[in-house]
Amino acid sequence: MAFNPTAKQVTALKAVAFVLSLLPFFKLVWLTASGQLVEPLQYITRATGDWTLYFLCITLAVTPLRRLSKWNWLLKLRRMVGLYAFFYGLLHFTTFLWFDHFFDVQEMLKDVLKRPFITVGFIAFVLLIPLAVTSTNGMVRRLGGKRWQWLHRLVYVIAPLGILHYWWMKAAKHDFSQPILFGLIVLALLAVRVYWARSKAAANTRAVGSV
Amino acid sequence: GKLGAKLNPSYSALDKQTAFKDASTYNNFYEFGTGKDDPAHNAHTLKPRPWTVSIEGEIKKPLTLDLDQLLKLAPLEERVYRLRCVEGWSMVIPWVGYSLSELIKKVEPTGNAKYVEFISLADKAQMPGVGSRVLTWPYREGLRMDEAMHPLALLTLGMYGDVLPNQNGAPVRIVTPWKYGFKSAKSIVKIRFVKEQPRTAWNEAAPSEYGFYSNVNPDVDHPRWSQASERRIGEDGFLVRKRKTLMFNGYNDVAPLYAGMDLKKFF
Repeated sequence: MAFNPTAKQVTALKAVAFVLSLLPFFKLVWLTASGQLVEPLQYITRATGDWTLYFLCITLAVTPLRRLSKWNWLLKLRRMVGLYAFFYGLLHFTTFLWFDHFFDVQEMLKDVLKRPFITVGFIAFVLLIPLAVTSTNGMVRRLGGKRWQWLHRLVYVIAPLGILHYWWMKAAKHDFSQPILFGLIVLALLAVRVYWARSKAAANTRAVGSV
Repeated sequence: GKLGAKLNPSYSALDKQTAFKDASTYNNFYEFGTGKDDPAHNAHTLKPRPWTVSIEGEIKKPLTLDLDQLLKLAPLEERVYRLRCVEGWSMVIPWVGYSLSELIKKVEPTGNAKYVEFISLADKAQMPGVGSRVLTWPYREGLRMDEAMHPLALLTLGMYGDVLPNQNGAPVRIVTPWKYGFKSAKSIVKIRFVKEQPRTAWNEAAPSEYGFYSNVNPDVDHPRWSQASERRIGEDGFLVRKRKTLMFNGYNDVAPLYAGMDLKKFF
């Protein structure tokens, strides 16, 4: 199914994706402002965590989807989706610092060190920062494509850390259905990359051998 | 109220009461699902009448009581208790009931009765969450005999002047306000008097996180979060720091029950 949108169409697609990605945020604002939530602070914490994970999965899905569908234009949406993962991650971290610790950074850090599931989530968030910072065209140029690409492979670590954070959080209630689902999604998205990298290496060896 | 209970001021907190809407729509009652709003959505399938509670074990007078007998067993009182959930939030709820000790005295426990075990209904037909692997069913809770005899332990048949909403544990539950909320078993069908400390649902599921005693204690953290503070539902919002949690949820009357015990070990 070849679908090759024009530059104009891609811009329109990006605009649609931009607005769609903001809907969960607006839903949170609306539910909170209209007083429909009994415990808004907990709801916000959960929802922002969930959406960080969803966007991480979507980001990781772009390359496999592009390869399978040959829709190369998908690549043009990836930066935005990745930045939304950071946006929801930042909101998630802010709710933790705000609602749990009322901006007491020292207390917050104590909590991070004391509780492994928070430690893991915090590391994942910190690792997202350099990726967000180097997401501009200027930074890609300054770093050079190769180095930039290596840096952004951090997402292969960040996503599993996010899953582990979620897993740990749910562990006590033996409520693993969601962590398992998202764990499998991330595993599949990473495994397909390993598979492709290996096939490529094998193909190269064969090519070299035939010389 | 409909139940005609008289306020018992000596057992009533002066804190601002939580709105009925919040207390009846934000619940942990896993028999109806693990989401906070699941019980309010799903509990309409529970049939709180007819209902019987069988009382058995190390007692001289085993009994099976129906709801009307329970309602008449002792004068109903209204008591406004703080409720502290182990998850770090709290409410203030006007319950209707009478001290559990009233019931215990009627069945005459023998010298072998060291603990009381509460067993909740686990009927898949009425409770869609039963069968989920979160806990082993039926839900079981327990108290040491002296805890059960403490006047604060309330055999509860109503709240906000009326019978209990299904999602709050209709038609009969326990409320122990100095312990985390999950100790207060809901929709009870059996009360057993036993020699040994009973296994409890949450302790079995996660022994390192939920102890048998589970007294509210700001100095003993949950492994995954601090118990030093709490958020009062409907009151503590965005602009305030969480409020400090009080030892035994502020019910210091119960302190002598634990004299000489290491509450870090027996959490």
